[in-house]
Amino acid sequence: MVTSVTSLGKNGLYDWVIQRATAVILGVYFVAIIGFLIANPELTYSQWHGYMTSTYMRVFTLIALLAMAAHAWVGLWTVSTDYLTTRQLGAAGTPLRIAFQAVCALVTIVYVVWGIQILWGI
Amino acid sequence: MANMRTLTFDAVIVGGGGAGMRAALQLAQSGQNTALISKVFPTRSHTVSAQGGITCAIASADPNDDWRWHMYDTVKGSDYIGDQDAIEYMCSVGPQAVFELEHMGLPFSRTEAGRIYQRPFGGQSKNFGEGGQAARTCAAADRTGHALLHTLYQQNVRCNTNFYNEWYAVDLVTNQDNAVTGVIAISMETGESVYFKAKATVFATGGSGRIYASTTNALINTGDGVGMALRAGFPVQDIEMWQFHPTGIAGAGVLVTEGCRGEGGYLVNKDGERFMERYAPNAKDLAGRDVVARSMMQEILDGRGCGPEGDHVFLKLDHLGEEVLHKRLPGICELAITFAGTDPVKEPIPVVPTCHYMMGGIPTNVHGQALTQGADGNDKVIDGLYAVGEVACVSVHGANRLGGNSLLDLVVFGRAAGLFIEQALKEGIEQRESSESDLERSYNRLNRLENSKDGEDVSKLRKALQTSMQNNFGVFRKGDLMQAGVKELEELRQRIANTHLEDKSAAFNTARIEALELDNLLEVAEATAIAAEGRQESRGAHSRYDFPDRDDENWLAHSIYDPTTKKLGKRQVNFSPKQVDTFQPKVRTY
Amino acid sequence: MLQVSIYRYNPDTDTEPYMKEYQIDTGGKDLMVLDVLSLAKEQDSTIAYRRSCREGVCGSDGMNINGKNGLACITPVSEATGGKGKLVLRPLPGLPVVRDLVVDMTMFYNQYEKIKPYLVNNTPVPPIERLQDPEDRDKLDGLYECILCACCSSSCPSFWWNPEKFIGPAGLLQAYRFIADTRDTMTEQRLSDLDDPFSLFRCRGIMNCVNVCPKGLNPTKAIGHIRNQLLQQGT
Repeated sequence: MVTSVTSLGKNGLYDWVIQRATAVILGVYFVAIIGFLIANPELTYSQWHGYMTSTYMRVFTLIALLAMAAHAWVGLWTVSTDYLTTRQLGAAGTPLRIAFQAVCALVTIVYVVWGIQILWGI
Repeated sequence: MANMRTLTFDAVIVGGGGAGMRAALQLAQSGQNTALISKVFPTRSHTVSAQGGITCAIASADPNDDWRWHMYDTVKGSDYIGDQDAIEYMCSVGPQAVFELEHMGLPFSRTEAGRIYQRPFGGQSKNFGEGGQAARTCAAADRTGHALLHTLYQQNVRCNTNFYNEWYAVDLVTNQDNAVTGVIAISMETGESVYFKAKATVFATGGSGRIYASTTNALINTGDGVGMALRAGFPVQDIEMWQFHPTGIAGAGVLVTEGCRGEGGYLVNKDGERFMERYAPNAKDLAGRDVVARSMMQEILDGRGCGPEGDHVFLKLDHLGEEVLHKRLPGICELAITFAGTDPVKEPIPVVPTCHYMMGGIPTNVHGQALTQGADGNDKVIDGLYAVGEVACVSVHGANRLGGNSLLDLVVFGRAAGLFIEQALKEGIEQRESSESDLERSYNRLNRLENSKDGEDVSKLRKALQTSMQNNFGVFRKGDLMQAGVKELEELRQRIANTHLEDKSAAFNTARIEALELDNLLEVAEATAIAAEGRQESRGAHSRYDFPDRDDENWLAHSIYDPTTKKLGKRQVNFSPKQVDTFQPKVRTY
Repeated sequence: MLQVSIYRYNPDTDTEPYMKEYQIDTGGKDLMVLDVLSLAKEQDSTIAYRRSCREGVCGSDGMNINGKNGLACITPVSEATGGKGKLVLRPLPGLPVVRDLVVDMTMFYNQYEKIKPYLVNNTPVPPIERLQDPEDRDKLDGLYECILCACCSSSCPSFWWNPEKFIGPAGLLQAYRFIADTRDTMTEQRLSDLDDPFSLFRCRGIMNCVNVCPKGLNPTKAIGHIRNQLLQQGT
């Protein structure tokens, strides 16, 4: 058992399930969006606005946004622990990895907050 | 030399095959300070190549099976020079030792009842030869040795055995009382030499099949234990007795298990005739290995061999069907395709008798204690030295080993030596000391190589030795050829004493190890040659044109080769089992 | 004549590794790579490599042969070179080189030991063997045959990046060998020992392990089985 404090679930199965579940959510979300675009080739702004501000789409978009945040975090955390390590980079590995993870965390939080603001602000 | 490190243990085991690891496990479980030195990572030891199984009367295939029947077969198989007290011990303790292996996790194949699967092997009978063919060999498909070796390694991991992997034992350290105080070994990775000092030194170094040009043995089977014992002046027993396995893949030397014939395969000559029916009307292809090997050679010599050169016979398996072959003999199918280019499901495998097993070795009692002969000719225990497995001659195999008995031998006697040493250590044995000059003597060989400036090439000399042994000491032996062979080896001894180690670097220098191994090959080869020439009869695997008959009057005895005089003596065979009546020598037919 | 290029590095004399060329007379035969190596060693006794059984069951001579990991003793030259061009031999990738074709396998063995590679059964020991149905025994086929040659783990990028944390395909195959054994009573413990982000879950399913296994085993499948069991237990 390898302990990890910065992984999302601190547990392999949890991260694995999250990554797959969020992938499914994102997949369905994009099918819905692309389906809407194909069904409405002469799309106007008001149609688009109406679609995106319906309660159902607001909830769905929020779920997709959170899913993307979780999905990105698990993925980027994995990338950082594969490549930004002491084994790859020597003594600089650990500080670089922590910095990278911090930036990723910050960016993810900013995107989520900003996304929510946009979603309910329009 | 002066700055050589000393590591002190209660027991040092040399060799990480089945016997060594079984002994190590016993000692590690009981908390003794034990080291195991192995020249390869333990699971790469030659036990891994054992295929067919481990013969033992566990009464699975036949609920009425009896260890006494197994004992009878083994005594008969040995051509009556197996020690009956030792055979009795092996066959009666065997079931316990095999059940322990199963409890450790060995993945045996199973019967419908969930018990261990047993298959017929050569030389097996029910009811003291009266009840027909028995099926007594416990198998894990055709990978029993692999399964056994990995299981033992796993249990040693569990018990935190101290492994010194890729350390090569160079020579025994003995003191003025001729007691063994340990062994000098060299780390292959770093080149450092260390004195492993121990109250008990256990040799489990395996066989020496590499003295022959064609052998089923691994490249590592260079007789290191026998070589070290002979250089230390200790005798070896029945060393002329070399088993030629009937079915080595022609050309490659790779083993094809007797289990193939156990499952129903049989040998045919170029006319497609099942010729074993002529040589062994009852047991046919499941006669003793010596009998089958000789019959095959006779077919080949009589011009009934197969192939363009007529130099092999065929092992036919296709009639067993794809399902049986893939379930029971999957490893053989792989090996045949890789090394013979034939798929046994469709075509027969070309096979030829190939050097396989050293029945002789360091004489020991059932506790694994190494023996020498005192001035009065009686057995004398060598203080501090033990031997188990193929390097030892307990002797349970006598002049011919039965298939499946080697795995049983190594498990039973590895365990027995472990138990005995454990007890002895608890009762307290003193650590004997060696002087600086004793150590110096054991360091001689390394010293010579390190200082060699010119001389002969190791691989050329090794080839010459192997060719000489192959030509002069094969399945059939002749007095004049053997005498010539002894001469050749004398000359080779001069040349091998003058080998040159060109590369003196420290890190993983395999050239150094091969040079050291060549010394051991020479010791084994020379002992074999002198003993084979000296035993003037035919018995078991030792078959002479000039003495075609068994001579119980003069040779119902072990041969003892004394390296200090290079003379062959005799030692009495034990005919006194404790729980059963003696099996008296009879004419041996199958 | 076969042209052979061998990776050479002796820490006692070389500052860095290099490839050395050899011309080997194969006598027109399609030899195994190990046979070619032993002919090369007759020319140059300083070449270091491991070998033992020479029949593909001991796992000593795993190496990188023309870019693909395999056992030298059961790889014919024709298969390695595709019948043309030279034979290129390098040590197994991702493990420290001790000398020439010999790698330090400590990290590989450490991961093997981590999965507790031994049967644990805490029920009382019966006087004979523990019984096991043939169908249950069949579950161990394709698992117990592993020879620890390290061809798989040293072809796995996840193992290259995290050899101290990711068990690797060989170790995981053995982990499943004991999980699948009906005689073992430590299944839950074994599963929870693997349930962290590294030990098992660094497997990305790229199947390099399956591609190189000289015994034809399938570690990716075993890893999938473990994951499914974890999923069953954890959801």
